[in-house]
Amino acid sequence: MGTFLFNVLAIFTLVTAVGVVVNRNAVNASMCLLLSLVGVAGLFVGLQAYLLAFLLLLVYAGAIVALFLFIVMLLDTKGDARPTLHKLPVAARVLAVGLVGLGVVSFVAQGKLPEPAIGNAPAVGATLKLYAYQLFSTYLLPVQILGFLLLIAMLGVIVLSKRFEGLEDIK
Amino acid sequence: MIAPTLNAYLAVAVLLFAIGLIGVLIRRNTLVVFMCLELMLVASTLALVAFSRYNGTMDGNVFVFFILTVAAAEVAVGLAIIVALFRKRQTIQLDQLNTLKN
Repeated sequence: MGTFLFNVLAIFTLVTAVGVVVNRNAVNASMCLLLSLVGVAGLFVGLQAYLLAFLLLLVYAGAIVALFLFIVMLLDTKGDARPTLHKLPVAARVLAVGLVGLGVVSFVAQGKLPEPAIGNAPAVGATLKLYAYQLFSTYLLPVQILGFLLLIAMLGVIVLSKRFEGLEDIK
Repeated sequence: MIAPTLNAYLAVAVLLFAIGLIGVLIRRNTLVVFMCLELMLVASTLALVAFSRYNGTMDGNVFVFFILTVAAAEVAVGLAIIVALFRKRQTIQLDQLNTLKN
């Protein structure tokens, strides 16, 4: 991918990410999150991780942002107060912003990593078959654990959202 | 065609992570805080994919595969918790959820 396309995608991603933070309306914030995820998926394409870009769009943009929107509509909260740093002591505020800024500046200015010799090697992560080999040989145990994790998450969501008779008086 | 360097991708990932972190720190709406957490997660996956691409290995990509799955489960459970919280307290503003204080 050319540098121009990278620049466009990077700026798009970062600007929409700022939109998530500064938007006072939660619906607009989730729309900005959607756009930012599309930008990140474009960056994944630039890194030749086509399957991951597709999955990011499918899982995040398709499922997670839709879930967020659904919950925002369901809860129907009034417009958020203006984002402020109140309640934090001044010292903590200065320290937090300073540390984040220092980290970003030092990284951008001096964080040059040595480029590997195979910097332009052909993509290894492009085909589905390679993922399948890895997932069902090296990472077989994590795949099974993830299956259990999804099962447990499903059970947890059911328990959390179902009203049980007689348990409502527990404070 | 000049490919962008690894450093450029990592800079984007760091900036995205910083924006997400600032959002987590300054927002008061639990849903938006949760969205900013997702942004931080996506930033870390971007760094993983970039490293994986520039080392010529598959492991980072497989890790991102796992992270996507865990994120889906996490969002489902987190939103269920937020809905349960709203049902109990009628608010999801973080500065009003201070029962555990003191």
